[in-house]
Amino acid sequence: MTLKLLVVDDETGMRMGIRRALRNFQSEPDDTGLIVRLSVEEAESGEQAIEKIKDSPPDIVLLDHRMGGITGLDVLNWMEDNSPDVLAIMITAYASLENAINATKKGAFDFLPKPFTPAELKVAVRQAVKHVLAVREAKRLSEEKRRVRFQFISVLAHELKAPLGAIEGYLYLLQDGTALSNPETLPRVVERSLVRLQGMRKLIYDLLDLTRIESGEKKRELAEVDVVQAANASVETMAPDAASRGIEIVLNAPEHLPMLGDRSELEIILNNLVSNAVKYNRDNGKVTVTLTESPEDVTISVADTGIGMTEEERERLFGEFARIKNEKTRNILGSGLGLNIVKRIAGLYEGSVTVESTPDAGSTFTVTLKKALA
Amino acid sequence: MERNLTILLVDDDQDYIEQMRLMLETGGYTVHTCITREKAEELLGTMKPDIAVIDLMMEQNDDGFVLAYRLKKKYPDVPVIMVTAVTSETGIDFTSAPDTGGWMKADALLQKPVRFEQLEAQIKRLCHG
Repeated sequence: MTLKLLVVDDETGMRMGIRRALRNFQSEPDDTGLIVRLSVEEAESGEQAIEKIKDSPPDIVLLDHRMGGITGLDVLNWMEDNSPDVLAIMITAYASLENAINATKKGAFDFLPKPFTPAELKVAVRQAVKHVLAVREAKRLSEEKRRVRFQFISVLAHELKAPLGAIEGYLYLLQDGTALSNPETLPRVVERSLVRLQGMRKLIYDLLDLTRIESGEKKRELAEVDVVQAANASVETMAPDAASRGIEIVLNAPEHLPMLGDRSELEIILNNLVSNAVKYNRDNGKVTVTLTESPEDVTISVADTGIGMTEEERERLFGEFARIKNEKTRNILGSGLGLNIVKRIAGLYEGSVTVESTPDAGSTFTVTLKKALA
Repeated sequence: MERNLTILLVDDDQDYIEQMRLMLETGGYTVHTCITREKAEELLGTMKPDIAVIDLMMEQNDDGFVLAYRLKKKYPDVPVIMVTAVTSETGIDFTSAPDTGGWMKADALLQKPVRFEQLEAQIKRLCHG
């Protein structure tokens, strides 16, 4: 990469000296191996410097203080209002504390007293180059963050509008009497509306979980937690839904399995995995929850006998709002956030989430968590 | 009024399918439904609908576009009504684009949730125009 450096000095000798000193300049390679070189331009007065900056802004300006016309400080003043992104290094023969303070107040990045050696010049320029790169990187990251956030909110709005629209549609059918024309239709319309409302509520709760985890706002209460107890609670919660479809839930676990953790986080993991295993199961299927431990880790494994996934579907699974949509999942509602949340929580325990799956045979989700965090 | 038109309805939201089917069947139409673009393409291999109502964003964001394009290629004379809940939050306002019919391969665009009167008005316009 080449950065543009403008030398502003009314002494020809000084401009040439700087040009010579920086001729073969190159920065140390950064983490990505990027090396910066300089293309040097000159201006022989403050007025000319302003014209040049207006015309095509450089990245760095080496700015003499005392010049024939307007001073370096005047140029710095102008830059502050007109091109605040350009980095300035002040040069002056009349090095004084006052000048330095004035220049820095006006936004100069550094101060180079005359006379200086080529080595001193290079050190100052190297620092300036580093700063330019850091500012660019920060800008890129903040743009990326904005873009991701916008995309997230767009998808979220769509996911919230879908159930609203569905419920609204059913209400229209009630309003215009279409839903009343057939006695079987009315209960169906009410039931589906309720199901969509519940789905929407789940989405909102999941979203709150996700936001809390992400922002670090959620106070973690780390204490000794019995994973077996948490798993039992989860199984009990899901038992009615499972029973209504003839699904059996089995828990294979030692009597106790203590670890250092936040009870509510473990519950979120277990509830998500067990409820998925029931939702995506076939009628009269089976869910097997297995808890094991090693000296370091606790492993939670939840296996179902359900619809399974293809490899391609498995790859998308942990993204935000990733819902696998096909003929088999058409009646299953979900926020598309559950597994993303599970993965994020596992991250808090230096853990991992993996999945094995065979279409039409079932899936096994395995979460491994560090028992005691360093 | 023509009452035995065959309508292909493609949407990945089961509830929209149910609502539209209910409306259209009450209105006397014959309705075929699909919840994925692939299924719809399969079905189009065996039947030619009088008109198609297609959701814009299904499993892939562009499924509706792709399906409409393929349908028009196979049956240029079958009108397509595109349905979508996508609006301003994506930065694309489909309904205000003056020539959507051109690049979108759709003859009409409706916002979800669709009212039966709107849908029927479009069906009548496109099938009896």
